[in-house]
Amino acid sequence: MKITLKIWRQTSPATKGQFKTYTLGHVSPDMSFLEMLDVLNQDLIKKGEEPVTFDHDCREGICGVCSLYINGRPHGPLQTTTCQLHMRTFSDGETITIEPWRATAFPIIKDLMVDRSAFDRIQQAGGFISVNTGGVPDANEIPISKKIADEAMDAAQCIGCGACVAACKNASAMLFVSAKVSQFALLPQGKPERKERVEKMVAQMDAEGFGACTNTRACEAECPKGIKITNIARMNREYFSAMVSSYEVAAGDGGAG
Amino acid sequence: MKLDSKVPEGPIGEKWTRHKFNLKLVNPANKRKYDIIIVGTGLAGASAAASLGELGYNVKAFTYHDSPRRAHSIAAQGGINAAKNYQNDGDSVYRLFYDTIKGGDYRAREGNVHRLAEVSVNIIDQCVAQGVPFAREYGGLLANRSFGGAQVSRTFYARGQTGQQLLLGAYGALNRQIANGKVKMYTRSEMLDVIVVDGKARGIITRDLVTGKVEAHSAHAVLLCTGGYSNVFYLSTSAKACNASAAWRAHKKGAFFGNPCFTQIHPTCIPVSGDHQSKLTLMSESLRNDGRVWVPKTAVKGLKAKEAANIKEEDRDYFLERKYPSFGNLVPRDVASRNAKTVCDEGRGVGPTGLAVFMDFSDAIKRDGRKMIEQKYGNLFDMYQQITGDNPYEVPMMIFPAVHYTMGGLWVDYNLMTTVPGLYALGEANFSDHGANRLGASALMQGLADGYFVIPYTIGDYLATIGWNDKIATDHPAFTEGIENVKAGVDRLLSIKGNKTVDEFHRQLGLIMWEYCGMSRSETGLTKAKKMIQDLRSEFWTNVSVLGSANELNQELEKAGRVADFLELGELMIDDALNRNESCGGHFREESATEEGEAKRNDDAFAYVAAWEYTRESQPENLHKEELRFENVKLTQRSYK
Repeated sequence: MKITLKIWRQTSPATKGQFKTYTLGHVSPDMSFLEMLDVLNQDLIKKGEEPVTFDHDCREGICGVCSLYINGRPHGPLQTTTCQLHMRTFSDGETITIEPWRATAFPIIKDLMVDRSAFDRIQQAGGFISVNTGGVPDANEIPISKKIADEAMDAAQCIGCGACVAACKNASAMLFVSAKVSQFALLPQGKPERKERVEKMVAQMDAEGFGACTNTRACEAECPKGIKITNIARMNREYFSAMVSSYEVAAGDGGAG
Repeated sequence: MKLDSKVPEGPIGEKWTRHKFNLKLVNPANKRKYDIIIVGTGLAGASAAASLGELGYNVKAFTYHDSPRRAHSIAAQGGINAAKNYQNDGDSVYRLFYDTIKGGDYRAREGNVHRLAEVSVNIIDQCVAQGVPFAREYGGLLANRSFGGAQVSRTFYARGQTGQQLLLGAYGALNRQIANGKVKMYTRSEMLDVIVVDGKARGIITRDLVTGKVEAHSAHAVLLCTGGYSNVFYLSTSAKACNASAAWRAHKKGAFFGNPCFTQIHPTCIPVSGDHQSKLTLMSESLRNDGRVWVPKTAVKGLKAKEAANIKEEDRDYFLERKYPSFGNLVPRDVASRNAKTVCDEGRGVGPTGLAVFMDFSDAIKRDGRKMIEQKYGNLFDMYQQITGDNPYEVPMMIFPAVHYTMGGLWVDYNLMTTVPGLYALGEANFSDHGANRLGASALMQGLADGYFVIPYTIGDYLATIGWNDKIATDHPAFTEGIENVKAGVDRLLSIKGNKTVDEFHRQLGLIMWEYCGMSRSETGLTKAKKMIQDLRSEFWTNVSVLGSANELNQELEKAGRVADFLELGELMIDDALNRNESCGGHFREESATEEGEAKRNDDAFAYVAAWEYTRESQPENLHKEELRFENVKLTQRSYK
């Protein structure tokens, strides 16, 4: 296959970026999208040009670090991660445009690499159950219905890639945050802290500069792990019930998005 | 130097309990006077950082990723073992201990393995309390499945994403300590050296991967939780960034390397599709519960998955079921891999390259219905289809062995301390618990055992012994010198300006290792490979091309440093494989096989841990032997027939 690539190049956060065009003449349909970029980078190095910087690691769709905006869609045309996208999805002679995630809360580091540490800070605000190591009850002490456990697992599958934010015209992080809130709201272990958790995580989400949710469902359509927007509904419910029963909010004064 | 494993005396079931009582404690109020550095934030690192932070120590944690949640523990699919005996099928701590020792082909320490089995039950409790959504039965209790090398059902799982869920649990616990201010997290930060002063580990040198800034960090103790070195083979199931540099550089500072040649080749990976291949993808071992492995009885050249149905039942060779009737498709990984290689060597392999065997689910789908199979393995089947373009609900999967895990690693004693006082190694980075072959679903168990339940006890003993005043600040000349050395190393890579890319060297090294130090090893092959690696290493240092500068984000520079270390470690693996003239577990020496072609151990000569001591650049390393004593388990030829 022959492929033309239009790739966003930007040497640092401070400098101005631009698209550069490259052509690749020897692309195999069995290559993954990232392997195609590997080939490009090898070619560039051979020519003495700096290779394209992009985040990638596990290449099996689970670490959540790959993050390319391909032909106007996060992770490209399929509902999967970029690393699981294969060149057989594209046609011979196609021009492919590759950009980084675009969101104020995800500043560009270099080329196609962005800073998603805002997601970590949201998790640090309350995305956990406060138990220390040791001294916990036997794992089978509290039965959990299969349906609830499955639903919690559906939400817990989020890989933190940020495609939901990149897909959203408001760059909202509601799908990401609601997935964690849902997982713990569903499970009995998460119940003791459920109010504080949703308040703190939402407050941090707002402090990070993510936009509001206007229910376009673009996030759900692009999520490589199929996280449902019912999680957002659940988070809103959690948030409102937390507000009316009034716990202290530690930081921020945001709404539910 | 005499190696002291520090395994306590006494009956096997009481060793850990007694040891815990005998360890010195640090008073709660004094814990805040101690600083601990943790490198790597996968299962072992994140669980250790969280647990030590909770106890009150000041922890600094480092990862080269943008977030602790990216560590490759996240990719573990199938499950985690624990001796809960929830299934009432005869499991016990002792049986898990026994299975692990036997599975490891009698090359692990009894004391360590029994402790692992003991704390396995606590891990499951801990993870459930953290909100890990393990699979459950309709009655609301936890579900289990079987894994290779065991005849009981003791594997806990969260669909095909068990590693992800366990890591996110540990990540949550770590996040809580970050929020509490007990752990300071350094992301996109790579450790490039360990600083040793007066024979003790005092800190590390790191490079900020975004700015290129080289920095010193000091502490009372340093924990390396940096994973394994499968990527020495270039193609493996490890993530692209997985590397041996932290362990290797610690090795060069005095930490012995244990059993470097013990590599696990996983039987069920997606076969290589072409030269562009950048990594291999595992299909979970759990699939072997329902997938039947076969090849045609007589060779059919280039047999495609779509054509598998044309091969009649009587013309199929279900070779694992045929040779190992009692374990069938669930034999341990080394056995399954070697048998796949054998049938491919006979020319009976399938697919365009002939380097694949079928794993067929049609019987399971007929028996249980597609829906049931979808529930169990849905995400794995989707992943397979995504990568290969074939639909495994309709045609058999094609699989082939690939490098997956390294049992070898830094030598540690019972307290997880390396031969450098104050320097610890946890999880896959150490050599300790899996002997010559790891059983499925035991890596997650070991990573979390080390981090949650072992190091919080054992580190206190060292810290209480040295006292909080025994810390060296980063203005000490050892640290300034360390920074200069690291900078010089980086500049050296940039100054070569050769003609070959880092990846080209890495691929070449990988091919040598796979060919001569992979599933089958011989003296002739290994000797040849040793020379090839030495030549490749000399070429690397004169002809590698690394563009860009040191003071910026430079992914080629990061890779170059890691490949330079792999080029040294590869040679040590060859030396170790040469020295161990016996077959055991994943290490198969052609010179040492039974008549049926199974691995043949030589317990009289090789029932020891090979611990290698670094000497000087490009000089042979010194071999130290830690004799393995078996007081509980009788050494027998492993049989899964």
